[in-house]
Amino acid sequence: MTIEVGIIAPTAPVEIQPDAGKPGRGRGTLPISLVTIAVIIAAWSLASVYGVVSPLFLPSPLIVLKAIYNVAVNGFVDSTLAQHTFASLLRIFAALAASIVIGIPAGLAIGTSRIGKGILDPIVEFLRPLPPLAYLPLIIIWIGIGEASKITVISLAMLPPIILSTAAGVKSAPADFVNAARSFGASRLQVLLYVILPSAIPSILTGTRIALGAGWSTLVAAELVAASRGLGFMIQSAAQFLVTDIVIAGIIVIAAIAFLLEILARLLERWFVPWAAHR
Amino acid sequence: MSVLSLQSVSLAFPVDRDISQTRLVLDGITLHLASDEFIAVIGRSGSGKTSLLNLAAGFLKPTSGRVSVDGVDIAGPGADRAVVFQDDALYPWLNARDNVAFPLKLRGIAKGERRLRADDLLAKVGLDNAGAKNIWELSGGMRQRVGIARALASDPRFLLLDEPLGALDALTRARLQQFLLKVWSDSKTGALLITHSIEEAMLLATRVVVLAPNPGRIVADIPASFGRQLLSGKSLQEIKDSPEYRRLHDGLTGLIHADAQEDAA
Repeated sequence: MTIEVGIIAPTAPVEIQPDAGKPGRGRGTLPISLVTIAVIIAAWSLASVYGVVSPLFLPSPLIVLKAIYNVAVNGFVDSTLAQHTFASLLRIFAALAASIVIGIPAGLAIGTSRIGKGILDPIVEFLRPLPPLAYLPLIIIWIGIGEASKITVISLAMLPPIILSTAAGVKSAPADFVNAARSFGASRLQVLLYVILPSAIPSILTGTRIALGAGWSTLVAAELVAASRGLGFMIQSAAQFLVTDIVIAGIIVIAAIAFLLEILARLLERWFVPWAAHR
Repeated sequence: MSVLSLQSVSLAFPVDRDISQTRLVLDGITLHLASDEFIAVIGRSGSGKTSLLNLAAGFLKPTSGRVSVDGVDIAGPGADRAVVFQDDALYPWLNARDNVAFPLKLRGIAKGERRLRADDLLAKVGLDNAGAKNIWELSGGMRQRVGIARALASDPRFLLLDEPLGALDALTRARLQQFLLKVWSDSKTGALLITHSIEEAMLLATRVVVLAPNPGRIVADIPASFGRQLLSGKSLQEIKDSPEYRRLHDGLTGLIHADAQEDAA
């Protein structure tokens, strides 16, 4: 008896490890990724130190860091880094608000109504594959080079993922959920508001996350063309004067913000729809 | 007293996408459920049991025949016929209490009152302290009890039970059968139970209806009194040992089995 217990005991804890049975999850890839980043930065440093590439084209990481500090404190082309970033974020969130207000009802219409689908499908399918920069000039002709045109272009880029994910979420609402509500006497509107819409929220949030990504890249491109403030504008101005360190600094800030937005979106998903993981 | 009636009801589904070809799922079903009755419908897979319930609920429209409550044809699903689903169909974004209160919300009852009545119903199904719990924190048996409480919240005249105990383990299932019996006798609603289990049908129902497949049709409609015996305090073992229980069990098994042989031939 005692011998058996002695044999079983050490193996038992292994089985209750939470990540057991999920290959690749138990041991994360984070250390490997961190090493990769370190190697890239080291190679970049060495290339700068030994003058493999002219500093005019590739300033060292240290100079880029100094450039970030400089722009943050002293600013570049009349605005500090915070002001550029704020200008960009304001546009993205204004566009996000607009595309949510338009996109979710549109997605509901596509997902629930034959007429809605008939009307909206061709519009969404026309818009979806277009690169936003292709219609940016037209938008500028129509509504000028102010904030409105940039927000419009970003919204147009964000709309298709939000509309399509809403429509997909609506269609994925379990039939039993809808039938249950109907058997308790729910009207069509009540079914839509209390059953179909909540069922679709995980999908809508995923669509919003994708839209944020699409919007962010469109934003930077839109600012390259026409703006007097913003991260894209900062990069474009720096490039014209061949201030490469600020160009690279801007790229790093843009990447960092995109990364943070992604994390924020995932946190929102976990916070808003904790039940999605338990379906 | 109310009566839910299916009169010479037939149901045909299109075969795949070809609309011109149809398969008869139910043929000439006539069944009357009074609001003091408990009808259990048994039959093998493919005999159209669930379709029968979906017709009664109004989720499906009959190809021919009438579905009516007290002589008035039903226009679709309605609060007088509340459904309990096999996969509970509880809303995961609502906690247990709000799920139970959902039918009350649909009727525009104020929040405070909804809460009181939902807690009342949860107590009735033995889940006094589970109101604030998330659905995914509840066991399968608890979820079905929430589902039953939710159906009762809509004050139905008929409870339509679509194999609600089918996915539960044997022990929980046996407990919930007694529970269901008590809920039914307390609530004065008619019950239509779809089940795979002959034993479950016999222990709960006042009438056991047997469906045969291809196409689904009623081959037997037999009164049973074992549920009432259970309610009056007779023990389960005593009932199961009685000759009349065994006779009916053999009879029903034979009916379903004979049908299976005919199918194989």
